[in-house]
Amino acid sequence: MKTTVTPNSELRTPNSPRRVLAALSGGVDSAVAAALLVEAGYEVIAISMLLAGNAEGHDGGCCSIDDFQDARRVAEQLDIPYYVLNLKDAFRNKVIDVFTTEYLRGRTPNPCLLCNRDLKFDLLWQRARELDAHSVATGHYARVSYDETDDRYRLLRAVDQRKDQSYFLFTLSQAQLARTLFPVGHLTKDEVREKARALGLRVAEKPESQDICFVPDGNYARFIEQRLTAAQRVQVAAGEIVDQDGQVLGSHDGVHRFTVGQRRGLGLGGLAEPQYVTTIDAERGRVTVGAKSQLMTRGLTANTVSWVEEMPAQEVNATVKIRYRHPAIPSRIVVQAGGRAEVWFQESYPAVTPGQAAVFYDGERVLGGGWIEKAL
Amino acid sequence: MQSINLDYNATTPLRAEVLEAILPYFQLHFGNPSSVHWAGRQAKHGVEEAREQIAAFLHCRPAEVLFTSGGTESNNLALAGVLNATRRKGNHVITTAIEHSSILEPLEALAKEGATVTTLPVSHEGRVSADDLMAALRPETVLVSISLANHEIGTIQPIAALSRIVREREICFHVDAVQAAGKLPLDVNSLGVDLLSLSAHKISGPKGVGALYVRKGTALAPLLHGGSQEREKRAGTENVAAVVGFGVAATLAAQELEAHAAHCCSLTSMLYEGIVQNVPGTVLNSPPQQRLPNTLNIGFSDATGEGLMMGLDLAGIAVSTGSACAAGSLEPSHVLLALGRNTEEAKSALRFSVGKETTEQEIDRVVEVLPQVVERVRKATMKSEK
Repeated sequence: MKTTVTPNSELRTPNSPRRVLAALSGGVDSAVAAALLVEAGYEVIAISMLLAGNAEGHDGGCCSIDDFQDARRVAEQLDIPYYVLNLKDAFRNKVIDVFTTEYLRGRTPNPCLLCNRDLKFDLLWQRARELDAHSVATGHYARVSYDETDDRYRLLRAVDQRKDQSYFLFTLSQAQLARTLFPVGHLTKDEVREKARALGLRVAEKPESQDICFVPDGNYARFIEQRLTAAQRVQVAAGEIVDQDGQVLGSHDGVHRFTVGQRRGLGLGGLAEPQYVTTIDAERGRVTVGAKSQLMTRGLTANTVSWVEEMPAQEVNATVKIRYRHPAIPSRIVVQAGGRAEVWFQESYPAVTPGQAAVFYDGERVLGGGWIEKAL
Repeated sequence: MQSINLDYNATTPLRAEVLEAILPYFQLHFGNPSSVHWAGRQAKHGVEEAREQIAAFLHCRPAEVLFTSGGTESNNLALAGVLNATRRKGNHVITTAIEHSSILEPLEALAKEGATVTTLPVSHEGRVSADDLMAALRPETVLVSISLANHEIGTIQPIAALSRIVREREICFHVDAVQAAGKLPLDVNSLGVDLLSLSAHKISGPKGVGALYVRKGTALAPLLHGGSQEREKRAGTENVAAVVGFGVAATLAAQELEAHAAHCCSLTSMLYEGIVQNVPGTVLNSPPQQRLPNTLNIGFSDATGEGLMMGLDLAGIAVSTGSACAAGSLEPSHVLLALGRNTEEAKSALRFSVGKETTEQEIDRVVEVLPQVVERVRKATMKSEK
């Protein structure tokens, strides 16, 4: 069923400033993003990225063969060219392997951040340049704005606070932001679905993907175990669960099964208070637990800090998200040498998790962010 | 914008004569060839005439021609059919590293069921050596499968010489001639083969039909059961219209073989000259001699085949690179890897294949557009190496 947008099949001339490379996942957000661009008169080339090898149709995961079929149909409805890019090797090296080694180190990685930082945007960018496209576009819920006085691009939260994905985009550089479009960032999810229905896109009612795209059944522990080399197998050996004083309370089946703040799956019964994972010592294969009060920290240290806004000379007050789904909490960020920073929370906060990202906000603006090393 | 097709090895457009011959078999001569009455007879006539045409094409007897759904089924039938029929004699198969996936994947599946497979290496030109073949033969070898011409790079194998080695030991010799058909003469006795696969849509015939030549006396177990069609070797109501089209296409291909080869050869030379003169940093992956007249596989340093293919497509030019995976993305060609190219080089190759309808004007246009596309892709690749 054709949509009401004007087909642009004749506009495939090179050197066009209006040519955009739009990434389609097969979901409704990226579909509507592409449709909005077509409506606005851009010359859109749609691509999907094949990242994980198991492209069998599976529920919940993203970018399966069925998803690519959906994306292909969207491209047909919009009358735009569509290609699938094979990024399996790069994804395995830069995301999956790093994901595994982080867990083996007792850290909790966020693979979507790794993908955005080291793969997706760089590769989208390269393809865009190859095809003479001026910008790339995705279906992320976030906004980019340009500040004339500063001559800087700003990254902003989405209008729909519940869907805001700016957390995943803090690593984008000024050069990247200058050429990145987020067409649905100013809409609510409901408005996006409504738009999809109005355009007759079949993905209008498609449910969202929930799990990590390359672990469709959500069982990341088993995924990791199946990929281990012989040398790595030692690192996921069973070990001890101890309390804050080092007393052994129980045993575990591998440090990769735990994350800071975790309460379930510890197998410790009959204790006075509920126990939470406070630290993970991968070298000694030891998981330390404590009461909730022991999870509270004053702050964290971050490395590989990048700034979307100008890096402060010394420090800045901001709100900080230490996980995607956490609220941003008032903090003071102290800049240090070597791309590092200390983040001091105004009030103690629980479960700072090494491996996650700490993203700094000023209201709706993303200031920057870094990778959590440890709690202070 | 002009649409130019330089991907004839993927498939070919139907010839007008074929379309004309096919049409009556949908509504007029619509019968089931297995039916005993007038409707069946008309359809059966079409099928049997086509069988004779394929037999003439291959210089074999009509009784030795089996119709299938295409090259992939013919290859599957040849491999599984021989192995399953000769289990008591042995279960060892020899093939090459550059076969099409419709040879390599069925062999992988058969290996899981107990067959042993030896994959012969190839030279940097993609050729199999008679010495390697001889060394690989074992008492339990029952089948050797080597394609006559390669789909990716166009290398032609010395089938007649290889055949002598195989058949003096009474081992079955299967040749995948899917890409060679219409470009090289096919004579099952000159080639010295026991089984040979063909596909209609590579020779301006319809998709969905192919053939397997089975030399009289060759034991072959069927894959499809449920009817006595094709001498009880391939059950299922025949795709009559497509089979008829196949016969016509083969007849025309045989008649025009020399002219067609000359036409392709001159266009490919023109394309090659044009590329080499206007695009720096290229490497020829196809062998300079003994290769299909229409196939040119070229590597472009510091550029991805994927990016080049997309850039050319947006300019209306269709070429191929690697092979498509189930999701629709491109995998690096295992053929190039077998030649000794590394992954980067394998990912930087384009396959150009010309055909009957290709014109000099089209070649000129491609030579005009390609340098800009290559330059843009190369510049983009360089920039991202920060």
